[in-house]
Formats: sequence, C-alpha cells, structure tokens
Amino acid sequence: MTESNKKPTVATVWLDGCSGCHMSLLDLDERLITLAGLVDVLHSPVVDDKNFPARVDLTLVEGAVSSEEDYRKARMIRARSACVLSLGDCAVTGNVPAMRNCFDRASLFERAYVENASHPPEPGQRRVGLPVLGVPPLRPKAVPLHQVIKVDVYVPGCPPPANAIWFALSEILAGRMPSITEVTRFGL
Amino acid sequence: MITQVNSSVESLTLRINGKDVSCRAGDTVLQAVRDNGMELPTLCWLEGLTVWGGCRLCMVEIAGSPKLHAACATACQEGMEVQTNSDRLHRYRRMIVELLLAERNHICSVCVSNGHCELQSLAQKLGIDHVRFAYRNPQLEVDNSHDRMRLDHNRCILCTRCVRVCAEVEGARTKDIKGRGVLAAVIHDLDQPWGESETCTSCGKCVNVCPTGALTHRGVAVGEMTKKLSFLPYLTLMREANP
Repeated sequence: MTESNKKPTVATVWLDGCSGCHMSLLDLDERLITLAGLVDVLHSPVVDDKNFPARVDLTLVEGAVSSEEDYRKARMIRARSACVLSLGDCAVTGNVPAMRNCFDRASLFERAYVENASHPPEPGQRRVGLPVLGVPPLRPKAVPLHQVIKVDVYVPGCPPPANAIWFALSEILAGRMPSITEVTRFGL
Repeated sequence: MITQVNSSVESLTLRINGKDVSCRAGDTVLQAVRDNGMELPTLCWLEGLTVWGGCRLCMVEIAGSPKLHAACATACQEGMEVQTNSDRLHRYRRMIVELLLAERNHICSVCVSNGHCELQSLAQKLGIDHVRFAYRNPQLEVDNSHDRMRLDHNRCILCTRCVRVCAEVEGARTKDIKGRGVLAAVIHDLDQPWGESETCTSCGKCVNVCPTGALTHRGVAVGEMTKKLSFLPYLTLMREANP
C-alpha cells in the first residue's frame, strides 16, 4: 500500500452523520493499540491536525454528502486518497440524513427553524431568520458518498460493529478486498 | 398451487445444477429445488398462497430455452435441466434487490423490522454492500388509521403477499393494488384509510406475511417487529386434510 518500511497512512472524516461510526471505531478498544502500530493516523476528528494531508493511503468517510462543505471535502478526499472507504449506512446509503430528500429545502428549513423553534417570536416580534453565517449551504439532496466520488470499499451498518471495522481494516492492510457482508449489513 | 398428497402420484426426474433429482409431477421447479436441499431466493412466493411470480428473484436457466423462467411458476418436466446459480442469475438477483432498495425509502436503521426483514437479509445474503442506483426518495404515506396495525408505503415492495392472504386465506378481500409501475400501491377497499375499511376483519394475517416493515403492528419500536409465519402452512394443511 505504501513504500516499504513506512507505515500506511490513514485519515478519517466525519460528514453528515452522528459520529456513531467514529464511536464504533473507538470501540476497537485494545485493538486500537495494535492499529496504532500498523498505521499512522494523520487526520481525524480525534487527531489535533485539522488539515487534510496532501496524500493518504486510506480514508474512512462517515456520513452522507449533504452540504456544499461535504461535497467539497468529498472531492478533496478522493483526490488525495489512494483508497476511500464508505464507513456506515449514512455514507453507504444516505440513511437518516437522506430522509429529508422527499421534502424541498424551503419546507425543511421552515420545519426546523420556525415550526420547531424552541423560542417562537412573540406576536409583533421579528421572525427569527435562517442561520446563514458560518453554515455551509445545504445541497438539494443528501446522497451516499459513492454518488459523488468513486468509493473503493463499503462497510454498511448503523453503526458498523467494531468487529466489522476491524475486519475491513485488517483485510485492506493485507491487500485484500473484504467480503464485508459476511460481518455486517444495512441497519446493523 | 395445490400440492398433491397422494402416494400414487407420478414422479419425474430432472437435473438441477448438474445433480439428478426427482420430484412429483405437478411440482414447480422452485419446489423441486428446495425439496432437494438447494437454495433459491424468493420474496413474493409464500407457501400456502397462490403463485404470483412478481419478484423475479427465483429466475432460473432451463437448458434449451433462451429466456429465464420464474421457478415458482414453472412446472417440472421429465429430463429438464435447470441452473439456479449462474453468474448471470446472481447478477440479476443483485440488481433486482438493489432496485427494490432504491425504489422506496428503506431506511433499515430506523425501521421497526430491522433485523427481521426478508429484504434486508436477502441483500446481505447476496453480498450487497451498497446500491449502485440513485435512490428515488419518493414522498409516501404512512396509513396510521387502523387502531392495531399500520401500513408504511415507504417499506412496501409490492410483493402482494398481503393481498393474497387477505383474499385466499382470510377471505375478506380488503386489500388490493392500485396504479401501475412505481405508482402502484397497496389499498384497502376502494382506496380508503385502513381504519375506515368495512371489510377488514382485523385478523392481522397481512402483517405476518409481509416480508418487510411495510405492514406492522402499532406500538413497536425499531427492530421490535417480528413476524409469525407458522399459521399459514398450518391452515393450508388443515384445509387439504379436510377438503
């Protein structure tokens, strides 16, 4: 996967998901120590460096592609990663983030920021607007990662069990394509 | 499909996946395959209901015929050579299940039938780890009008098991299908809310034969809906024993 005597490099990214897949990754427990000996984790929500590396051997992506920010990140990840792994149902199928897809964005915003607002404006008060500053624009639909970029390995599950993640990583590090449905499935 | 329980019935010999097997005259290819310990996936077929032939998952190759045949709706013939698991058939089966998953909103992780769903387990069995087709994300209704049961069109694969069990076993004929193609949908009586149906006996057979989370009991949470199919072979046996 990389030049000899150098450990393969790994990044993990969190797009539109609940971070449950990253929690499941942490559920590797003591195997994390083994993993730390096998790979260098360059970038991740649990790593200090917030810049995505210029080149990485394997990137694990959690979450659907929902916003322009997700879309930009997905393209960048593909350009800089030798192997991209869709981690969990949101990245693989769209899952819960994609449940908004049968509504248009206007009615979605109305529901989230007006109807369900915890402090609705008093009569005569100015209506609270949609948050726009520092928030990436939402794309019309939340889609699986492979509808935006080429994905090499899929690990379904909500979240994928730690054993499935371990199996996938072990197989990839051994240069094999994991037969992932032997250990996980949609919704597991 | 009426199964003859008669020892004097003629038997046939055919070859399935290169193995010589025997079956009773009148058996379907699907019966012959399964009776001889081989697997063939189905979603619309159910023992005790008439053959529908809609899901196309049990398609097999028959030597001498250029087209594929639905094993559930094809009668065995003497000397027939059947192939059930070629690369082509596997490719088509995967495609069918992926298209079913893309057609409506099958969100396994939040479905009451998560872990007890025939569509979900079939996808896993066929090695489906992602869907290559764009999800349609249609906006579909959930019929919550019945006081004990619920119809979620988002999870329906239109297998018509519920329609058949309602007509053929319960005899109520409450359920039917309206529309065509992707617009097809299960309806009650003259397309009215389930709770307002005058013919529904609230027997719950439709819930138990539904392969997915489309028909469920009310008040169940994610993964809690388990179906009980054992009543159907029992009722069928009783009817055959006392015609």
